[in-house]
Amino acid sequence: MWRLLPREVESLWTLFTAPVVWALHFLACYIGAAIFCEKPGFLGTDFDNLRIAIAWLTVASLALIVVSALLAWRQWGFGAGDPPHDDPTRRDRLLFQGYATLLLSGLSFIAVIFTAMPALFVTECLR
Amino acid sequence: MSDVSPAERDKAAEEAQLRAVWANPAGWRYWTSVNNTQIGLWYGATAFAFMLFAGLLALLVRAQLAVPENDLISPDLYNQAFTLHGTVMMFLFAVPIFEAVAIFLLPPMLGARELPFPRLGAFGFWSFLIGGVFVCGSIFFGAAPNSGWFMYPPLATSEQAGIGADIWLLGLSFIEVASLAAAVELIVGIMKCRAPGMRVNLMPLFAWYLLIVAGMILFAFPPLIAGDLLFEMQRMFDWPFFDPARGGDPLLWQHLFWIFGHPEVYIIFLPAIALLAMIIPTFAGRPIVGYSWIVLAAVGTGFLSFGLWVHHMFATGLPQISLAFFSAASGAVAIPTAVQIFVFIATMLAGRMIFSTPMLFAMGGIAIFVMGGLTGVMVALVPFDWQAHDSYFIVAHLHYVLIGGMLFPVFAGLYYYYPLIDGKHMSDSVGRLAFWLMFTGFNITFFPMHLAGLRGMPRRVYTYPADIGWDWLNLISTMGAVVLGIGMFAVVVDVTLHRRNKPRGEQNPWRAGTLEWLNEPEENWGVRSIPHIRSRYPLWDQKNLAQEVRAGDWYLSDANEGRRETLVTSVLDARPEQVLRVRGTAYVTIVSAALLGTVFVALTFKWWLLSLASGVGFVAAVIWWLWTGTGDIPEKERKDIGRGLSLPLYASGVKSTGWWAMFITMTGDGTAFASLVFGYFFYWTIHADFTAGTDGPGIVWPMAALASFAVAWAATLAAREANRRDGIAAARALLVTGALFSAAGCAAALAGPWTTAMDPTAHVYPAIVWTLVIWTAVHGAVGILMQLYCLARSLAGRLTARHDMELHNVALYWHFMLVTALITFTVVGLFPEAL
Repeated sequence: MWRLLPREVESLWTLFTAPVVWALHFLACYIGAAIFCEKPGFLGTDFDNLRIAIAWLTVASLALIVVSALLAWRQWGFGAGDPPHDDPTRRDRLLFQGYATLLLSGLSFIAVIFTAMPALFVTECLR
Repeated sequence: MSDVSPAERDKAAEEAQLRAVWANPAGWRYWTSVNNTQIGLWYGATAFAFMLFAGLLALLVRAQLAVPENDLISPDLYNQAFTLHGTVMMFLFAVPIFEAVAIFLLPPMLGARELPFPRLGAFGFWSFLIGGVFVCGSIFFGAAPNSGWFMYPPLATSEQAGIGADIWLLGLSFIEVASLAAAVELIVGIMKCRAPGMRVNLMPLFAWYLLIVAGMILFAFPPLIAGDLLFEMQRMFDWPFFDPARGGDPLLWQHLFWIFGHPEVYIIFLPAIALLAMIIPTFAGRPIVGYSWIVLAAVGTGFLSFGLWVHHMFATGLPQISLAFFSAASGAVAIPTAVQIFVFIATMLAGRMIFSTPMLFAMGGIAIFVMGGLTGVMVALVPFDWQAHDSYFIVAHLHYVLIGGMLFPVFAGLYYYYPLIDGKHMSDSVGRLAFWLMFTGFNITFFPMHLAGLRGMPRRVYTYPADIGWDWLNLISTMGAVVLGIGMFAVVVDVTLHRRNKPRGEQNPWRAGTLEWLNEPEENWGVRSIPHIRSRYPLWDQKNLAQEVRAGDWYLSDANEGRRETLVTSVLDARPEQVLRVRGTAYVTIVSAALLGTVFVALTFKWWLLSLASGVGFVAAVIWWLWTGTGDIPEKERKDIGRGLSLPLYASGVKSTGWWAMFITMTGDGTAFASLVFGYFFYWTIHADFTAGTDGPGIVWPMAALASFAVAWAATLAAREANRRDGIAAARALLVTGALFSAAGCAAALAGPWTTAMDPTAHVYPAIVWTLVIWTAVHGAVGILMQLYCLARSLAGRLTARHDMELHNVALYWHFMLVTALITFTVVGLFPEAL
């Protein structure tokens, strides 16, 4: 199954994958709602459509974060070797990156859900 | 050197060499030093001086509010005092002090001799000093900004704001340039200048935090620079960005300000927490518990802090669903913030704590910060915020957050790191006395403000009647402020007077484990030799490391060629890659800063010619700086750095520090541009027809401009490739072609709105279109300068197939330029047509 996942990338940037997904999700929700409420009709008139769009976007974002978490879990050797990962070796450096990325995926997962929750409760462009 | 055994080397001669190479000039020329130690100290001392000045302003404010119906100072002076207090504390103390600490501490902490761009660091310092004196000095002429530290229009665009608003906008824009310079320096330093072996999993946590913070600066400061630009265009030339009568909207300023302003709180907070992450393990006598969790917290906070800005705007009438997104993110950011606090508590519990003076400040700070964090969760809730908004409750909250999260940790850092400055220690007894005075004084000052706020006292109010229950709360606050001030004064006395009659103390008095404690305050060379690192706490785990480093047994222990050198290593594993030669002492940094400062000061007073002349002078100075100080072709390919290791002396492209600096600078620049584009679409969103019936720039000219810039981009890339293949003549021809097409692009860009006679003072639509095309044209002009600079280097024989760093960097600039042109001309040319 793991062959389905892409080849392992060694880069500092992978650490930021999940938070970037959170940022894009957040921006999309905010901009979508702002345009919907400020320019009536431009993105449709039914507020429920906005909520459904946010729901789908949230599912997609969470899926991306789960993929990022899976990749991170693999980089952490599927949980092999507990922290502190402080040996001066490439292996420990990889385990550290994997573990930290996994933690960030967890935080981003929660943060995306936090961001999406208003769409559950707010039902109109009330000011 | 590598074939000589360490014992045979003449170590005394090596030391004399190093000392001579890294020496500061004597006499008044001392001020032309660029060494990180001096710049860090000057930066820190200046920021501290500004803090004391702003503290005195706060005492003035408190004195005015001590009793009801007071008229101790005039309302106008009162407005200036609180505005300047907030402005100075945020822009001239809180952000710069961390830049100072980072510039001072990072090289020894990372095992580097110097940061990669010492002259840029010096330029940043001088810009900060000039801008800071200008802004602070204004109050002595009754001309200080008086509209509150966040300068809301329409108050701040009105006549009433006077010249103070211009001083705020231009002075602070200038200082923001210094912050961006520091961000470039810190990111490249942390990523590329760590000691060999210091992999990312072994980096000191301070460096992790600073890396994140410097990244945040790149995305937080540019929106404010964009906002300042729009604001100043309105104040100077009447372009109506914030004037609703002509399609503008004051809310755009609030957005741009707080997109900067909220991350800024974390830009201030994270470095302070980073200090605690260094101090607490030392006094717990053990490594930090949960290193990866700290990294999670730093990165997580760094990102989430950008999703909070609207919580300063809950009362502006945005749709509730928008408010709720920001309320949710404001709740989420409490998670990573709390993780750090728990990591610290766990480290304290797992070790054997020593309750030293730095720890007192650290723990006092955490206690205060937690309280501020809890009120933060309260005001993150929209309904509560509507009650507390703009009241003294907010004043109390923000001071609990900033003083607990920043000031106390900085004082902890001062007491902890002072021995690195001159080898002496600060007084323990004075420190403890100062702590208790500050801690109690702080709480006496700010706790009652919660109550005053809940009783309805609005912030920034000049005075109040006696019979509404605010009087005794305010009197207590004022008395507390005096106690707090006495505590701070005790620290000042300790810092300034303690040197007398004190012997030099131990090198590493706290038995800390991190590398900066190898630093010898008497020497200017940073580290005597650069060690190989194998631990997060090398001084604890690598036996004899200190002796070996000081004996010059490690890498780069000489300066045979008489040049200042440090090592460049790879990002992830810190494998040695290059010996980087950095520049020393220079006037050009001071001259450049003074010229750029003159541009901003002259603009404030609308002295156009002086401003223009200084601008030209500044560009000339920078070109001189680059021409004489960068891109030297070394006299040999490689240098032996000891222990059998030999490294190249020159790198270009992605391996060079200059390429990274360009990439980082342009990322910041791109963020500012994105903020202007945000402005364009903001106006589109709020109006049914945002063009208000006026003609746009059409399609033809924008598309012509785009095509010209695309050709210029392609020519620059082709020049780089031709040069690499030794096709020098072709490269030169391509550079000239590129410059000509960029010039055509600039002209075509401006021709669009010009030919349709768009009047930027008539409505916000022409104003924002003009802003975007001028932004792009100015960048095109800078691109021309860069192309011609490469051409000149080539003609001077200083740009060869092997030594082509400049051309790589200019090609990188043009990638960003192409994206800028693509977005600008698609937006101004095609978007209105598509509607």
